Amino acid sequence: MSDLALQLIFTLDATLRLSTPLILCAMAGLVSERSGIIDISLEGKLLSAAFAAAATASLTGSVFQGLLMAMMVSMAMSLIHGFACITHRGNQIISGLAVNILASGLTVTIAFAMFRQGGQTPALGADERFNPITLPLAETLSGVPVLGPIYAELISGHNLIVYALLIIVPVVSWMLFKTRFGLRLRAVGEKPEAVDTAGISVAWVRYRAVLIAGLLCGIAGAYLSTAHGAGFVREMSAGKGYIALAAMICGRWRPGAAVLACLLFGFLEALSARMEGVELPLMGVAPSDLLRLLPYIGTVILLAGFFGRAVPPAAIGRPYTKER
Amino acid sequence: MTPSAGLPRWVDIGLIPLINLSMALAVSGVVIALLGENPFEALGVMIKGAFVYPGSLGYTLYYTTNFIFTGLAVAVAFHGGLFNIGGEGQAYMGGLGAGLIALALGGVLPGLLVIPLAILGAAAFGTAWAAIPAYLQAYRGSHIVITTIMFNFIAAGVMVSILSGPFMREGQSSPETDPIPESTQLWSAQDLGAMVGLDVAFSPLNISFLLALLACVFVWKLIWHTRFGYTLRTLGHSEPAAAYAGIGIPRTIMIAMAISGGLAGLMAVNEILGVHHKVLLNFTAGYGFTGIAVALMGRNHPVGIILASLLFGALYQGGAELDFEFQTITREMVLLIQGLIILFSGALAYMVSPMLVRLFARLPASTAKAERPSP
Repeated sequence: MSDLALQLIFTLDATLRLSTPLILCAMAGLVSERSGIIDISLEGKLLSAAFAAAATASLTGSVFQGLLMAMMVSMAMSLIHGFACITHRGNQIISGLAVNILASGLTVTIAFAMFRQGGQTPALGADERFNPITLPLAETLSGVPVLGPIYAELISGHNLIVYALLIIVPVVSWMLFKTRFGLRLRAVGEKPEAVDTAGISVAWVRYRAVLIAGLLCGIAGAYLSTAHGAGFVREMSAGKGYIALAAMICGRWRPGAAVLACLLFGFLEALSARMEGVELPLMGVAPSDLLRLLPYIGTVILLAGFFGRAVPPAAIGRPYTKER
Repeated sequence: MTPSAGLPRWVDIGLIPLINLSMALAVSGVVIALLGENPFEALGVMIKGAFVYPGSLGYTLYYTTNFIFTGLAVAVAFHGGLFNIGGEGQAYMGGLGAGLIALALGGVLPGLLVIPLAILGAAAFGTAWAAIPAYLQAYRGSHIVITTIMFNFIAAGVMVSILSGPFMREGQSSPETDPIPESTQLWSAQDLGAMVGLDVAFSPLNISFLLALLACVFVWKLIWHTRFGYTLRTLGHSEPAAAYAGIGIPRTIMIAMAISGGLAGLMAVNEILGVHHKVLLNFTAGYGFTGIAVALMGRNHPVGIILASLLFGALYQGGAELDFEFQTITREMVLLIQGLIILFSGALAYMVSPMLVRLFARLPASTAKAERPSP
C-alpha cells in the first residue's frame, strides 16, 4: 500500500470522526426546520449538551449518564426556543441567538462555579468516555492488501456514537417521510392551516419537532466532549452548529444530501488538520491559521448557491396564528 | 401589527424595556443564588464597580462607546429586516484598517490629518468585510445570519495569521503590531481634563465617545429623515411592498450592510486609536455580539441604543468586579444576562406586551380611554 493511499485512509477516517457531530446537528436542524421552526440554536444546544455530558461524566464517572444529561439539557434549551417562537410567536432567529448566547454564558459560569478550572471541566479518564470499538477481525485482516487497512483503519475503531449514526440517520429519514407523524410534521412546515383544519395541533407537532432536534443535538454535544474530546472547554462547539445548519440548507432540507454536505465539511476539516506543516509544491508550507478556516470558507461558498438554489419549507420562520 | 399597538407611549418605550430588564436580572439572580452566592450582594458589587470607584465611570463610558457603535450597526441592518451578526468580525477588520493607516502615515503626516484617515480606514475595512455576506444575501439569497457568523470566524483566523506574520512586532512573542505613533493616538478623558485644569482619574475613556454620539445623530438622520432611510424601513416592513414600490432591493441591502459594517468597524477607533494604540488579538472581546442585545433593548433607536449601551457598559465594568469579589462567579455572568435580555426583549416581545395591552384595556381610568381614537 503506497504512502499516499494510507494518508488518504487516515484523512477519510478523520472525516468520519469530524462529520459525526455535524451530521447529528444537521438531522436536528432538518427535523426542526421541516416543521417550520428555523433553528440557529443548534450551536447553543450543542455547546450546552457538551458541557452537561462532560460535567456529569466527570461527577458520576458514567458516560451514559453524561449522554442522558446532555440530551435532557439540550431538550430544555429546545423548550426555551419553542416557548419563545411557538407559544409566543417570537422571532425565531432572535430566539435562536438568545439560546446561543445563553449557552455561552451558562456553560462557562456553571463550569467555573463547579470545577474552578477557569470554565472547563477536568479532563476525563478513559472509563468516563466513549472509547474506540475495534470491530471483530480487524487485527487479523489488517494484513490483507487494500481492504485490510481500509477495514482496520477506516471502518473499525470508532466509538459508539459514530456507529449509532448508521441507525440514527435512517430512522430520522424514515420518521420524516414514512410515518404519519412525519407527514404531519412536514405539513406543518409547508401549510400549517391545512393541518389545523384537520384537527391537529400545530403547536404540539412543532414542539415535538424541536424536542427531537434537542435530543439529537444532545447526542452531538456528548460526542464532542465525551467521545471526540476528553472534557469540556469553553466555546468548544466553535460554530459547528451553524456549519451543520448550512450543510442542511445546502442539502436542500433532505437527509441524504445533508449528510453528504456534512461529510464534505468534515473532509475539509480533516484535510486542513492533515495539511498542517506539510510542504506543498509551489506554495511551500501552508499557513495553519488559514488552513483552519477551510470549513468556514467552504460553508460560505456552499451557501452562495453555486449548486442550485434551495427551496425552504413554505411556512419556515412564520409563526402560526389560528384564525379567529 | 407591532406587539405593543394600543399602549401609551411611556409604557412602550419605558415600562416594557424595564420589565424585560428586570426579568433578565431576576433570572440571573436565581442562577447566582443557585451557585451559592447572594444575588443582591453581587448586584451591589456590580453597581459599585461600575459607578462608584474612582475611574469606574470612565471605564463604564468606554465600554458604552463600543456598544453604541456595534448597537447602531445591528440597528441599521435591522431596519431593513437584515440580521448583521457579523459586527464582531467587521470591528476586528476595522481595527486592522485603522491600525495600518496609523502605522503607515503616522510618521509622515501630522496626527490631525492621519486620525480622520484612520477613522475612515476603520469604517472602510468594516464595510468591506460586510460586503461579501451582503452581496451573497442580496444577489444569491444566502442566509445572511450564517454567512456573517462564518465571516466572524474567518476574520479571527485571518487576523491571527496577519498579526503573527507580516505585521508582527519584532522581538515580541505575542502577535501584535508595533505601537502606533503618539501623534495618532486619541486624547483620553484624562488628557482632556488636564487641558482645562481638571484632575480626571485614569480610565480608557477617550474622545471616540463623542464620535459615537455623532454616529447616533447620523443614524437618526439617516433612518428617519432621508429618502434612503424610508426605503430601508419599507424593505424592513415588507419585502413584497418594497418590490411593488419599485425599490431596488439588492441595492438597498448592499447600502444598508455597507453602513452597518462601517459603524461596526468604527468600534475599532475606540479600541485601537483610543486605548490599545496597537493592533492586537481579540480586542473585540464579544462587543460585536453585545451590539445585538443593545439594539434589541434600545428598540433600534439611537436614543434607546445610548441608554442600552450605558446599561451594558455598566454591566461589563461591574461584571469585571465580580471576578475580584467572588469565588464562584465571574464576568461571564454578564454573557448570561445578555442572553436573557435578548430572550426577553427580543424573542419574547410578544409575551409581555399583549399582557400589558390587556391590562391597559381593562383600566377604567380616563387616561386609557383618551388614548383610543374615537370611532
